[in-house]
Amino acid sequence: MPITKLKSKNLLGLEGMSKQEINFILDTTVSFKEILERPIRKVPTLRGVTVVNLFYEASTRTRISFELAEKRLSADLVNFSTNTSSVQKGETLKDTVKNIEAMKIDMVVVRHSVPGAPHFIANCVDSSIINAGDGAHEHPTQALLDLFTLKEKYKNLEGLRVVIVGDILHSRVARSNIWGFSAMGAEVAVCGPTTLMPVEMEKMGVEVFSDLDKALERRDVVMALRIQLERQKGGLLPSLREYTNLFGITREKLKRLNKNFTIMHPGPINRGIEITPEVADGPYSVILDQVTNGVAIRMAILYLLSGGEKKVE
Amino acid sequence: MKKEKSILIMDSKTIARSLMRISHEILERNRGAKNMAIIGIKTRGAFLAERIAKIIESIEEVKIPVGLMDINLYRDDTQSKKEQPIIQKTEILFDVVDKIIILVDDVLFTGRTIRAALDQIVDFGRPRSIQLAVLVDRGHRELPIRADYIGKNIPTSADELVKVKIKEVDGEDSVSIVKDHESEKVSK
Repeated sequence: MPITKLKSKNLLGLEGMSKQEINFILDTTVSFKEILERPIRKVPTLRGVTVVNLFYEASTRTRISFELAEKRLSADLVNFSTNTSSVQKGETLKDTVKNIEAMKIDMVVVRHSVPGAPHFIANCVDSSIINAGDGAHEHPTQALLDLFTLKEKYKNLEGLRVVIVGDILHSRVARSNIWGFSAMGAEVAVCGPTTLMPVEMEKMGVEVFSDLDKALERRDVVMALRIQLERQKGGLLPSLREYTNLFGITREKLKRLNKNFTIMHPGPINRGIEITPEVADGPYSVILDQVTNGVAIRMAILYLLSGGEKKVE
Repeated sequence: MKKEKSILIMDSKTIARSLMRISHEILERNRGAKNMAIIGIKTRGAFLAERIAKIIESIEEVKIPVGLMDINLYRDDTQSKKEQPIIQKTEILFDVVDKIIILVDDVLFTGRTIRAALDQIVDFGRPRSIQLAVLVDRGHRELPIRADYIGKNIPTSADELVKVKIKEVDGEDSVSIVKDHESEKVSK
Protein backbone atom coordinates (compact mmCIF):
# COMPACT_ATOMS: atom_id res chain seq x y z
CA MET A 1 0.00 0.00 0.00
CA PRO A 2 1.39 3.42 -0.86
CA ILE A 3 2.18 5.52 2.17
CA THR A 4 0.45 8.82 2.77
CA LYS A 5 2.60 10.37 5.46
CA LEU A 6 6.05 10.28 6.97
CA LYS A 7 6.72 8.21 10.05
CA SER A 8 8.43 10.95 12.02
CA LYS A 9 7.54 14.56 12.69
CA ASN A 10 11.25 15.37 12.30
CA LEU A 11 13.74 14.94 9.49
CA LEU A 12 16.98 14.17 11.30
CA GLY A 13 18.69 11.90 8.80
CA LEU A 14 18.24 9.36 6.07
CA GLU A 15 19.65 6.49 8.11
CA GLY A 16 16.90 3.92 8.41
CA MET A 17 14.51 5.68 6.03
CA SER A 18 12.76 3.24 3.71
CA LYS A 19 12.68 3.36 -0.07
CA GLN A 20 8.93 3.88 0.16
CA GLU A 21 9.28 6.94 2.35
CA ILE A 22 12.02 8.42 0.19
CA ASN A 23 9.93 7.86 -2.94
CA PHE A 24 6.97 9.49 -1.23
CA ILE A 25 9.08 12.60 -0.56
CA LEU A 26 10.46 12.62 -4.12
CA ASP A 27 6.98 12.24 -5.64
CA THR A 28 5.66 15.11 -3.52
CA THR A 29 8.61 17.21 -4.65
CA VAL A 30 7.54 16.93 -8.31
CA SER A 31 4.39 18.91 -7.48
CA PHE A 32 6.33 21.54 -5.59
CA LYS A 33 8.87 21.97 -8.35
CA GLU A 34 6.04 22.99 -10.68
CA ILE A 35 5.18 25.92 -8.37
CA LEU A 36 8.64 27.38 -9.03
CA GLU A 37 7.74 27.69 -12.73
CA ARG A 38 4.54 29.66 -12.14
CA PRO A 39 4.16 33.40 -12.71
CA ILE A 40 3.49 33.80 -8.99
CA ARG A 41 5.89 31.42 -7.30
CA LYS A 42 4.03 31.27 -4.04
CA VAL A 43 1.24 29.21 -2.53
CA PRO A 44 -0.65 29.94 0.71
CA THR A 45 -0.20 26.45 2.15
CA LEU A 46 1.84 27.20 5.28
CA ARG A 47 0.10 30.44 6.23
CA GLY A 48 0.33 30.80 9.98
CA VAL A 49 3.20 28.34 10.37
CA THR A 50 6.35 29.82 11.90
CA VAL A 51 9.75 28.40 11.08
CA VAL A 52 13.02 29.29 12.79
CA ASN A 53 16.23 28.88 10.84
CA LEU A 54 18.79 28.14 13.49
CA PHE A 55 22.20 28.28 11.85
CA TYR A 56 25.13 27.69 14.15
CA GLU A 57 27.42 27.22 11.17
CA ALA A 58 28.00 29.25 8.02
CA SER A 59 25.86 28.42 5.01
CA THR A 60 24.76 30.20 1.86
CA ARG A 61 23.05 27.67 -0.34
CA THR A 62 21.23 25.67 2.28
CA ARG A 63 20.06 28.70 4.26
CA ILE A 64 18.84 30.63 1.23
CA SER A 65 17.26 27.49 -0.14
CA PHE A 66 15.34 26.88 3.10
CA GLU A 67 14.38 30.56 3.33
CA LEU A 68 13.04 30.57 -0.21
CA ALA A 69 11.19 27.31 0.37
CA GLU A 70 9.55 28.80 3.47
CA LYS A 71 8.61 32.00 1.65
CA ARG A 72 7.22 30.14 -1.37
CA LEU A 73 4.90 28.32 1.03
CA SER A 74 3.87 31.55 2.83
CA ALA A 75 5.33 30.48 6.17
CA ASP A 76 6.62 33.11 8.60
CA LEU A 77 10.30 32.78 9.24
CA VAL A 78 12.87 33.95 11.71
CA ASN A 79 16.57 33.73 11.06
CA PHE A 80 19.08 33.11 13.76
CA SER A 81 22.82 33.18 13.43
CA THR A 82 25.29 32.71 16.23
CA ASN A 83 27.35 35.85 15.94
CA THR A 84 24.43 38.20 16.54
CA SER A 85 22.74 36.21 19.29
CA SER A 86 23.02 35.40 22.98
CA VAL A 87 25.15 32.40 22.11
CA GLN A 88 27.93 34.99 22.36
CA LYS A 89 26.92 35.46 26.00
CA GLY A 90 27.23 31.75 26.71
CA GLU A 91 23.62 30.59 26.40
CA THR A 92 23.40 26.81 25.92
CA LEU A 93 21.81 25.22 22.87
CA LYS A 94 18.99 23.80 24.96
CA ASP A 95 18.19 27.17 26.56
CA THR A 96 18.30 28.95 23.22
CA VAL A 97 15.90 26.49 21.64
CA LYS A 98 13.56 26.37 24.63
CA ASN A 99 13.39 30.15 24.67
CA ILE A 100 12.67 30.37 20.97
CA GLU A 101 9.98 27.73 21.29
CA ALA A 102 8.41 29.68 24.17
CA MET A 103 7.72 32.41 21.60
CA LYS A 104 5.39 29.96 19.81
CA ILE A 105 6.95 28.45 16.74
CA ASP A 106 6.17 25.32 14.76
CA MET A 107 9.34 24.15 13.07
CA VAL A 108 13.07 24.51 13.51
CA VAL A 109 15.63 24.13 10.73
CA VAL A 110 18.97 23.57 12.40
CA ARG A 111 22.56 23.48 11.28
CA HIS A 112 25.20 22.78 13.88
CA SER A 113 28.84 21.71 13.88
CA VAL A 114 28.20 19.03 16.51
CA PRO A 115 26.87 15.71 15.18
CA GLY A 116 23.58 14.85 16.84
CA ALA A 117 22.68 18.43 17.79
CA PRO A 118 19.34 18.25 15.91
CA HIS A 119 18.51 14.97 17.66
CA PHE A 120 19.27 16.62 20.98
CA ILE A 121 16.98 19.54 20.14
CA ALA A 122 14.26 17.18 18.97
CA ASN A 123 14.25 15.67 22.45
CA CYS A 124 13.97 19.07 24.16
CA VAL A 125 11.06 20.59 22.23
CA ASP A 126 7.76 19.68 20.56
CA SER A 127 8.36 21.52 17.29
CA SER A 128 9.30 19.63 14.14
CA ILE A 129 13.07 19.61 13.65
CA ILE A 130 14.73 19.55 10.24
CA ASN A 131 18.42 18.76 10.13
CA ALA A 132 20.22 21.14 7.76
CA GLY A 133 23.59 19.55 8.47
CA ASP A 134 25.08 18.38 11.77
CA GLY A 135 28.86 18.15 11.82
CA ALA A 136 30.11 15.24 9.77
CA HIS A 137 26.96 13.24 10.50
CA GLU A 138 24.03 13.88 8.13
CA HIS A 139 22.62 16.41 5.69
CA PRO A 140 19.36 14.74 4.68
CA THR A 141 17.83 17.45 2.48
CA GLN A 142 21.01 17.56 0.38
CA ALA A 143 20.90 13.81 -0.18
CA LEU A 144 17.19 13.96 -1.02
CA LEU A 145 17.75 16.66 -3.61
CA ASP A 146 20.58 14.59 -5.10
CA LEU A 147 18.28 11.56 -5.33
CA PHE A 148 15.55 13.73 -6.84
CA THR A 149 17.91 15.17 -9.45
CA LEU A 150 19.05 11.69 -10.47
CA LYS A 151 15.52 10.32 -10.48
CA GLU A 152 14.49 13.08 -12.89
CA LYS A 153 17.20 11.89 -15.26
CA TYR A 154 17.23 8.11 -14.81
CA LYS A 155 13.62 7.50 -13.57
CA ASN A 156 14.79 4.52 -11.52
CA LEU A 157 17.79 4.48 -9.21
CA GLU A 158 17.88 0.71 -8.84
CA GLY A 159 21.28 -0.61 -9.89
CA LEU A 160 22.66 2.85 -10.67
CA ARG A 161 26.43 2.83 -10.11
CA VAL A 162 27.45 5.82 -8.03
CA VAL A 163 30.82 6.90 -6.71
CA ILE A 164 31.39 9.63 -4.17
CA VAL A 165 34.88 11.11 -4.39
CA GLY A 166 36.75 13.20 -1.86
CA ASP A 167 36.95 13.88 1.83
CA ILE A 168 34.51 11.25 3.05
CA LEU A 169 35.66 11.56 6.65
CA HIS A 170 34.33 15.07 7.15
CA SER A 171 31.38 14.76 4.82
CA ARG A 172 27.81 14.69 6.08
CA VAL A 173 26.69 14.84 2.45
CA ALA A 174 28.48 11.54 1.78
CA ARG A 175 26.90 9.84 4.78
CA SER A 176 23.35 10.92 4.01
CA ASN A 177 23.80 10.05 0.38
CA ILE A 178 25.12 6.59 1.18
CA TRP A 179 22.02 5.85 3.28
CA GLY A 180 19.77 7.32 0.61
CA PHE A 181 21.36 5.62 -2.39
CA SER A 182 21.51 2.29 -0.59
CA ALA A 183 17.84 2.49 0.36
CA MET A 184 16.98 3.20 -3.29
CA GLY A 185 18.94 0.17 -4.46
CA ALA A 186 21.85 1.99 -6.11
CA GLU A 187 25.39 0.60 -5.94
CA VAL A 188 27.50 3.07 -4.00
CA ALA A 189 31.28 3.31 -3.84
CA VAL A 190 33.48 5.90 -2.17
CA CYS A 191 36.93 7.03 -3.17
CA GLY A 192 39.42 9.29 -1.43
CA PRO A 193 42.74 9.47 0.39
CA THR A 194 43.00 6.76 3.05
CA THR A 195 43.56 9.39 5.71
CA LEU A 196 40.16 10.88 4.86
CA MET A 197 38.35 7.55 4.71
CA PRO A 198 36.44 6.66 7.87
CA VAL A 199 36.63 3.04 9.02
CA GLU A 200 32.86 2.57 9.16
CA MET A 201 32.51 2.82 5.36
CA GLU A 202 32.67 -0.90 4.71
CA LYS A 203 30.14 -1.50 7.46
CA MET A 204 27.76 0.81 5.62
CA GLY A 205 27.94 -1.61 2.72
CA VAL A 206 29.87 0.49 0.22
CA GLU A 207 32.91 -0.36 -1.83
CA VAL A 208 36.01 1.64 -0.89
CA PHE A 209 38.62 2.76 -3.43
CA SER A 210 41.84 4.70 -3.03
CA ASP A 211 42.54 4.64 -6.77
CA LEU A 212 40.34 7.06 -8.68
CA ASP A 213 40.72 5.32 -12.04
CA LYS A 214 39.45 2.05 -10.62
CA ALA A 215 36.66 3.79 -8.77
CA LEU A 216 35.37 5.48 -11.92
CA GLU A 217 35.26 2.29 -13.98
CA ARG A 218 31.74 1.84 -15.45
CA ARG A 219 30.09 4.34 -13.10
CA ASP A 220 26.93 6.28 -13.97
CA VAL A 221 27.23 9.02 -11.40
CA VAL A 222 30.25 10.82 -9.97
CA MET A 223 29.70 13.02 -6.97
CA ALA A 224 32.72 15.17 -6.19
CA LEU A 225 32.82 16.48 -2.63
CA ARG A 226 34.25 19.77 -1.57
CA ILE A 227 37.63 19.59 0.11
CA GLN A 228 36.66 21.29 3.34
CA LEU A 229 39.64 23.57 3.74
CA GLU A 230 38.42 24.67 7.17
CA ARG A 231 38.62 21.10 8.44
CA GLN A 232 42.07 20.23 7.06
CA LYS A 233 44.23 21.50 9.87
CA GLY A 234 45.02 18.03 11.22
CA GLY A 235 47.59 17.22 8.56
CA LEU A 236 45.42 14.51 6.95
CA LEU A 237 46.14 15.90 3.52
CA PRO A 238 49.77 16.45 2.47
CA SER A 239 48.94 19.15 -0.05
CA LEU A 240 46.08 20.34 -2.18
CA ARG A 241 48.15 19.88 -5.31
CA GLU A 242 48.70 16.24 -4.48
CA TYR A 243 45.00 15.81 -3.84
CA THR A 244 44.15 17.38 -7.20
CA ASN A 245 46.64 15.14 -8.99
CA LEU A 246 45.25 11.96 -7.47
CA PHE A 247 41.55 12.69 -6.95
CA GLY A 248 40.65 15.71 -9.06
CA ILE A 249 37.86 15.04 -11.56
CA THR A 250 39.19 16.08 -14.96
CA ARG A 251 37.86 15.60 -18.45
CA GLU A 252 40.44 12.89 -19.05
CA LYS A 253 39.02 10.80 -16.19
CA LEU A 254 35.48 10.84 -17.56
CA LYS A 255 36.36 8.33 -20.31
CA ARG A 256 36.07 5.49 -17.86
CA LEU A 257 32.43 6.23 -17.06
CA ASN A 258 29.34 4.67 -18.58
CA LYS A 259 27.51 6.53 -21.34
CA ASN A 260 24.95 9.09 -20.21
CA PHE A 261 26.87 9.72 -17.00
CA THR A 262 26.21 12.51 -14.52
CA ILE A 263 28.52 14.82 -12.59
CA MET A 264 27.31 16.13 -9.25
CA HIS A 265 28.72 18.38 -6.58
CA PRO A 266 26.96 19.61 -3.43
CA GLY A 267 28.75 22.99 -3.58
CA PRO A 268 30.45 25.23 -2.84
CA ILE A 269 32.99 24.21 -5.47
CA ASN A 270 36.71 24.71 -5.09
CA ARG A 271 37.30 25.14 -8.80
CA GLY A 272 40.43 23.41 -9.97
CA ILE A 273 40.88 21.42 -6.77
CA GLU A 274 38.32 18.60 -6.57
CA ILE A 275 36.88 19.27 -10.02
CA THR A 276 38.05 21.23 -13.06
CA PRO A 277 35.85 24.12 -14.22
CA GLU A 278 35.51 22.39 -17.56
CA VAL A 279 33.86 19.36 -15.94
CA ALA A 280 31.81 21.36 -13.44
CA ASP A 281 30.30 23.49 -16.22
CA GLY A 282 30.10 20.67 -18.78
CA PRO A 283 26.90 19.36 -20.37
CA TYR A 284 26.82 16.25 -18.14
CA SER A 285 26.98 18.36 -14.98
CA VAL A 286 23.72 18.76 -13.01
CA ILE A 287 25.26 20.98 -10.34
CA LEU A 288 22.86 23.88 -10.91
CA ASP A 289 19.87 21.55 -11.26
CA GLN A 290 20.78 20.28 -7.82
CA VAL A 291 20.46 23.81 -6.47
CA THR A 292 17.08 24.43 -8.16
CA ASN A 293 15.74 21.11 -6.93
CA GLY A 294 16.94 21.93 -3.43
CA VAL A 295 14.19 24.51 -3.02
CA ALA A 296 11.52 22.08 -4.22
CA ILE A 297 12.77 19.30 -1.91
CA ARG A 298 12.75 21.65 1.07
CA MET A 299 9.24 22.82 0.23
CA ALA A 300 8.07 19.22 0.15
CA ILE A 301 9.74 18.45 3.49
CA LEU A 302 8.34 21.56 5.16
CA TYR A 303 4.89 20.70 3.84
CA LEU A 304 4.99 17.05 4.83
CA LEU A 305 6.24 17.79 8.34
CA SER A 306 4.07 20.83 8.98
CA GLY A 307 0.57 19.50 9.26
CA GLY A 308 -1.27 16.46 10.34
CA GLU A 309 -1.52 15.09 13.78
CA LYS A 310 1.56 15.62 15.90
CA LYS A 311 2.56 12.37 17.45
CA VAL A 312 4.96 11.36 20.19
CA GLU A 313 7.84 9.21 19.01
CA MET B 1 -18.75 -5.03 7.67
CA LYS B 2 -20.45 -1.69 7.53
CA LYS B 3 -23.89 -1.47 6.03
CA GLU B 4 -24.00 0.44 2.80
CA LYS B 5 -27.11 1.35 0.90
CA SER B 6 -26.25 2.54 -2.53
CA ILE B 7 -28.71 4.10 -4.97
CA LEU B 8 -27.61 4.55 -8.56
CA ILE B 9 -28.43 8.04 -9.81
CA MET B 10 -26.56 8.23 -13.12
CA ASP B 11 -25.07 5.54 -15.32
CA SER B 12 -22.53 5.89 -18.10
CA LYS B 13 -25.21 6.85 -20.66
CA THR B 14 -26.77 9.60 -18.56
CA ILE B 15 -23.33 10.92 -17.67
CA ALA B 16 -22.37 11.03 -21.36
CA ARG B 17 -25.60 12.88 -22.17
CA SER B 18 -25.03 15.37 -19.38
CA LEU B 19 -21.50 16.10 -20.55
CA MET B 20 -22.79 16.55 -24.08
CA ARG B 21 -25.47 19.00 -22.91
CA ILE B 22 -22.98 20.90 -20.71
CA SER B 23 -20.62 21.23 -23.67
CA HIS B 24 -23.40 22.66 -25.84
CA GLU B 25 -24.44 25.05 -23.06
CA ILE B 26 -20.85 26.26 -22.72
CA LEU B 27 -20.65 26.95 -26.45
CA GLU B 28 -24.09 28.56 -26.54
CA ARG B 29 -23.36 30.91 -23.68
CA ASN B 30 -19.93 31.92 -24.94
CA ARG B 31 -20.96 32.00 -28.62
CA GLY B 32 -18.34 29.45 -29.58
CA ALA B 33 -15.06 28.31 -28.14
CA LYS B 34 -12.97 31.34 -28.93
CA ASN B 35 -10.36 32.18 -26.30
CA MET B 36 -11.57 29.30 -24.16
CA ALA B 37 -9.55 26.98 -21.90
CA ILE B 38 -10.69 24.21 -19.59
CA ILE B 39 -9.23 23.40 -16.19
CA GLY B 40 -10.19 20.22 -14.35
CA ILE B 41 -9.83 19.74 -10.62
CA LYS B 42 -8.02 16.56 -9.70
CA THR B 43 -8.70 13.75 -9.63
CA ARG B 44 -12.07 13.10 -11.27
CA GLY B 45 -12.74 16.63 -12.46
CA ALA B 46 -9.59 16.42 -14.56
CA PHE B 47 -10.95 13.50 -16.57
CA LEU B 48 -14.33 15.19 -16.97
CA ALA B 49 -12.53 18.31 -18.21
CA GLU B 50 -10.75 16.28 -20.85
CA ARG B 51 -14.02 14.73 -22.01
CA ILE B 52 -15.77 18.09 -22.24
CA ALA B 53 -12.81 19.48 -24.17
CA LYS B 54 -13.01 16.56 -26.61
CA ILE B 55 -16.73 17.11 -27.19
CA ILE B 56 -16.24 20.84 -27.76
CA GLU B 57 -13.33 20.17 -30.09
CA SER B 58 -15.42 17.76 -32.16
CA ILE B 59 -18.30 20.25 -32.42
CA GLU B 60 -16.26 23.36 -33.14
CA GLU B 61 -13.23 21.75 -34.79
CA VAL B 62 -10.80 23.81 -32.76
CA LYS B 63 -8.17 22.85 -30.21
CA ILE B 64 -9.02 23.70 -26.60
CA PRO B 65 -6.17 23.94 -24.05
CA VAL B 66 -6.82 21.71 -21.04
CA GLY B 67 -5.16 22.16 -17.67
CA LEU B 68 -5.20 20.01 -14.55
CA MET B 69 -5.18 21.39 -11.07
CA ASP B 70 -4.55 20.04 -7.58
CA ILE B 71 -6.09 22.45 -5.08
CA ASN B 72 -4.67 20.96 -1.89
CA LEU B 73 -2.02 23.66 -1.49
CA TYR B 74 -4.81 26.26 -1.37
CA ARG B 75 -7.05 24.47 1.13
CA ASP B 76 -8.27 26.37 4.17
CA ASP B 77 -7.92 23.36 6.47
CA THR B 78 -4.37 22.04 5.90
CA GLN B 79 -3.36 22.90 9.45
CA SER B 80 -6.40 21.30 11.07
CA LYS B 81 -6.64 18.04 9.17
CA LYS B 82 -5.41 14.89 10.80
CA GLU B 83 -3.36 13.89 7.80
CA GLN B 84 -1.70 16.01 5.18
CA PRO B 85 -3.34 15.57 1.82
CA ILE B 86 -1.11 14.14 -0.89
CA ILE B 87 -0.14 16.81 -3.37
CA GLN B 88 -0.53 15.96 -7.03
CA LYS B 89 0.85 17.92 -9.87
CA THR B 90 -0.83 21.00 -11.27
CA GLU B 91 -0.36 21.35 -15.02
CA ILE B 92 -1.51 24.57 -16.59
CA LEU B 93 0.68 24.84 -19.64
CA PHE B 94 -1.07 27.81 -21.21
CA ASP B 95 -1.40 31.46 -20.33
CA VAL B 96 -4.66 32.06 -18.45
CA VAL B 97 -4.55 35.82 -18.98
CA ASP B 98 -7.70 37.07 -20.77
CA LYS B 99 -8.99 33.53 -21.35
CA ILE B 100 -12.48 32.28 -20.61
CA ILE B 101 -11.75 29.53 -18.13
CA ILE B 102 -14.21 26.68 -17.71
CA LEU B 103 -13.49 25.12 -14.34
CA VAL B 104 -14.65 21.51 -14.07
CA ASP B 105 -15.24 19.35 -11.01
CA ASP B 106 -17.23 16.21 -10.32
CA VAL B 107 -19.29 17.25 -7.28
CA LEU B 108 -20.18 20.69 -5.96
CA PHE B 109 -20.77 20.45 -2.22
CA THR B 110 -19.54 23.03 0.33
CA GLY B 111 -17.88 25.18 -2.33
CA ARG B 112 -14.55 25.21 -0.50
CA THR B 113 -12.73 23.29 -3.22
CA ILE B 114 -13.93 25.82 -5.77
CA ARG B 115 -12.81 28.72 -3.58
CA ALA B 116 -9.33 27.17 -3.45
CA ALA B 117 -9.34 26.61 -7.22
CA LEU B 118 -10.36 30.22 -7.90
CA ASP B 119 -7.53 31.51 -5.72
CA GLN B 120 -5.07 29.25 -7.48
CA ILE B 121 -6.18 30.26 -10.99
CA VAL B 122 -5.79 33.94 -10.13
CA ASP B 123 -2.19 33.23 -9.08
CA PHE B 124 -1.54 32.06 -12.63
CA GLY B 125 -2.86 35.31 -14.11
CA ARG B 126 -6.07 37.27 -14.67
CA PRO B 127 -8.57 35.41 -16.84
CA ARG B 128 -11.38 37.29 -18.59
CA SER B 129 -13.90 35.12 -16.75
CA ILE B 130 -14.16 31.85 -14.88
CA GLN B 131 -17.23 29.65 -15.27
CA LEU B 132 -17.95 26.54 -13.27
CA ALA B 133 -19.19 23.22 -14.65
CA VAL B 134 -19.98 20.29 -12.35
CA LEU B 135 -21.40 16.85 -12.95
CA VAL B 136 -23.37 16.86 -9.71
CA ASP B 137 -24.61 19.64 -7.45
CA ARG B 138 -25.55 18.13 -4.10
CA GLY B 139 -26.25 21.36 -2.17
CA HIS B 140 -25.05 22.22 1.37
CA ARG B 141 -22.98 25.21 0.29
CA GLU B 142 -20.83 26.90 2.94
CA LEU B 143 -19.63 29.69 0.65
CA PRO B 144 -21.43 31.97 -1.82
CA ILE B 145 -20.53 29.90 -4.87
CA ARG B 146 -22.78 28.50 -7.62
CA ALA B 147 -22.23 26.48 -10.76
CA ASP B 148 -22.89 27.81 -14.28
CA TYR B 149 -23.37 24.35 -15.81
CA ILE B 150 -24.79 21.42 -13.86
CA GLY B 151 -25.11 17.80 -14.96
CA LYS B 152 -27.64 16.90 -12.31
CA ASN B 153 -29.00 18.45 -9.12
CA ILE B 154 -29.14 15.81 -6.43
CA PRO B 155 -30.77 16.86 -3.16
CA THR B 156 -28.96 15.06 -0.37
CA SER B 157 -28.86 14.97 3.41
CA ALA B 158 -25.62 15.64 5.22
CA ASP B 159 -25.02 12.00 6.20
CA GLU B 160 -25.17 10.79 2.62
CA LEU B 161 -22.19 10.45 0.32
CA VAL B 162 -22.29 11.14 -3.36
CA LYS B 163 -19.96 8.70 -5.03
CA VAL B 164 -18.79 9.56 -8.51
CA LYS B 165 -16.96 6.88 -10.44
CA ILE B 166 -15.05 7.69 -13.59
CA LYS B 167 -13.89 5.04 -16.02
CA GLU B 168 -10.29 6.28 -16.11
CA VAL B 169 -9.79 5.78 -12.36
CA ASP B 170 -12.64 3.57 -11.12
CA GLY B 171 -13.26 1.36 -14.14
CA GLU B 172 -16.81 2.56 -14.73
CA ASP B 173 -18.89 5.72 -15.08
CA SER B 174 -21.57 6.13 -12.43
CA VAL B 175 -22.98 8.44 -9.80
CA SER B 176 -24.64 6.97 -6.74
CA ILE B 177 -25.78 8.04 -3.31
CA VAL B 178 -24.42 6.01 -0.44
CA LYS B 179 -25.99 6.14 3.01
CA ASP B 180 -23.19 5.37 5.35
CA HIS B 181 -23.67 6.04 9.04
CA GLU B 182 -20.54 4.33 10.19
CA SER B 183 -18.11 6.13 7.98
CA GLU B 184 -16.86 9.23 9.73
CA LYS B 185 -15.67 10.68 6.49
CA VAL B 186 -18.40 12.77 4.94
CA SER B 187 -16.85 13.20 1.58
CA LYS B 188 -18.23 15.46 -1.04
